[in-house]
Amino acid sequence: MKKLVIYLMAGPETPRLAEAAVEAGADIVEFGFPFSDPLADGPVIRRAGERALAQGMRTGRCLECLAETRALVDVPLVPMTYASLLDAYGWERFEREARAAGATSMIIVDLPADERPELRRVQLVAPTSTDERLRLAAENTDGWLYLVTVTGTTGARAELAPTLAPLAERVRTVTTVPLYAGFGISTPEHARAAAELVDGVAVGTRAVEVAEQGPAALAEYVASLRSALDAAVAV
Amino acid sequence: MTRTYGAYGGRYVPETLIPALDELEQAWAVLCKDDGFRAELHELLTTYAGRPTPLTRADRFAPDKRVYLKREDLLHTGAHKLNNALGQAVVARRLGKRRIVAETGAGQHGVATATVCARFGLECVVYMGTEDMRRQAPNVARMRLLGAEVRPVEFGTKTLKEATSEAIRDWIANVETTYYLIGSCVGPAPYPELVRELQRVIGREARDQILAAEERLPEAVVACVGGGSNAIGIFYDFIDDPDVRLVGVEAAGAASLGAGRAGVLHGARSSLLADDDGQILDAHSISAGLDYPGVGPEHAFLRDSERARYVTATDDEALAAFHRLCSTEGIVPALESSHALARALDLDAELILVCLSGRGDKDLETVSPQSGETVSDR
Repeated sequence: MKKLVIYLMAGPETPRLAEAAVEAGADIVEFGFPFSDPLADGPVIRRAGERALAQGMRTGRCLECLAETRALVDVPLVPMTYASLLDAYGWERFEREARAAGATSMIIVDLPADERPELRRVQLVAPTSTDERLRLAAENTDGWLYLVTVTGTTGARAELAPTLAPLAERVRTVTTVPLYAGFGISTPEHARAAAELVDGVAVGTRAVEVAEQGPAALAEYVASLRSALDAAVAV
Repeated sequence: MTRTYGAYGGRYVPETLIPALDELEQAWAVLCKDDGFRAELHELLTTYAGRPTPLTRADRFAPDKRVYLKREDLLHTGAHKLNNALGQAVVARRLGKRRIVAETGAGQHGVATATVCARFGLECVVYMGTEDMRRQAPNVARMRLLGAEVRPVEFGTKTLKEATSEAIRDWIANVETTYYLIGSCVGPAPYPELVRELQRVIGREARDQILAAEERLPEAVVACVGGGSNAIGIFYDFIDDPDVRLVGVEAAGAASLGAGRAGVLHGARSSLLADDDGQILDAHSISAGLDYPGVGPEHAFLRDSERARYVTATDDEALAAFHRLCSTEGIVPALESSHALARALDLDAELILVCLSGRGDKDLETVSPQSGETVSDR
């Protein structure tokens, strides 16, 4: 079965939203800890981050929110953020306290595999990654590998990026870890097409937009992605 | 190549950019030792940019001292930024990149980049905060005249911090065709070293010139610090002269070194204006070029190792020094450089070398020549 990863920005509503997403078929929830200067994010997630910060979603509050979410759902919760937050909080302290709050691993968007390799995390690879870097990321990753489908920032696109297929093919030759693809996947059609190439998909921007309309709207959207994945042909 | 400076520097960027940084690092390692590259750059700096720039003694500005100004304001386009833009444009051409993106604060780096792109026939996109576009309007017009596309950045602080983020996002999306021509000694490795090496010409020339004039080294070298490229450029060839004090002057409202903490911004770990949670704070300066919450990682290292000392100047102190240089020497300095001038005046030293990093024509809208008051509506 293909995995469905849903990204939500941390906020007061996130526990309820995550619960709705999981009930509708999300297998993993990425839990965004907002950063003031998110280099890898397009306008939607950048603005969601600005709103979250305005609501006081600083690291300590995000960890509490993570724990509140943990109490409602059983699936892996993966904090997704930027290096500056960990540098300020303390790298080891962040890892320890996130785990205590119920996190499974983490994703640090601006921390490539060769920076701080001792920090266990889900590594990202991109269409521009060399085979050598694919190997490095695969050897160091924690559980699964995040395939960035596009050469670009987060945000919805009209079509699934043509760069995903060759990337997935190259990664398969160097590792057997599960591959989940994200960035630019926003529709059930994208999800289904991506699922024919990889083991799961991550949906961020569109999920963040739909989540603004509340848990029911999010559940409906996640269910549509779930159905598309379940209909996908196994690789 | 150096990727870190003590605990600072590194490459804190999305994976998408790492291969481009590797490519740049490898190309630079070859080019910096390549006679053909060095000759091409020397020719450009001499016949196009106007190097060497003179050293001017400023006796009426500082009557009780011997203050020498390194005149980067006389460089083509009016600031030291061209040293870097020319060098990186030559690198970009060697890499086969035909599209250049850059960020700009005061507009000096944007103008320098637009200039080299016009000279070499490269496509040029410059990101600039709308607040900076307003207060540095003449430079926006210059960039457009030179054929650059100036893309306004309307969110967040609407200044250099956000312009830099947007330039990096553009680079992430177009990395295979685009060269990111960063404007200061900031960003992921190898940029801090690359920019330093291209700006070292300031200190190399100034060292020879002051030795020729005074037959001794200066007691102090003073430069303003935003990202810190003119400062690292003039400091670097004096680092091994322990009797020469190196003094960086930050804007009081943007003192990344004086009031900052370790953190990660725009691809490097350095000293930043950030809160306890690692969220980046807004900087505030009358000078758009210093209005940045980060600084080059090598400056953070020089601060910690105590080889350089970093002090601040307020907006008012910079304005007073601006007017003083105008009226005593007939030189209109950039507001950025005016911070260095302000601290040089009260420095406990007699023979002082100051980097006059740029000219102030762009600042006339900010500084009212009649009253010396600020017209800014901030």
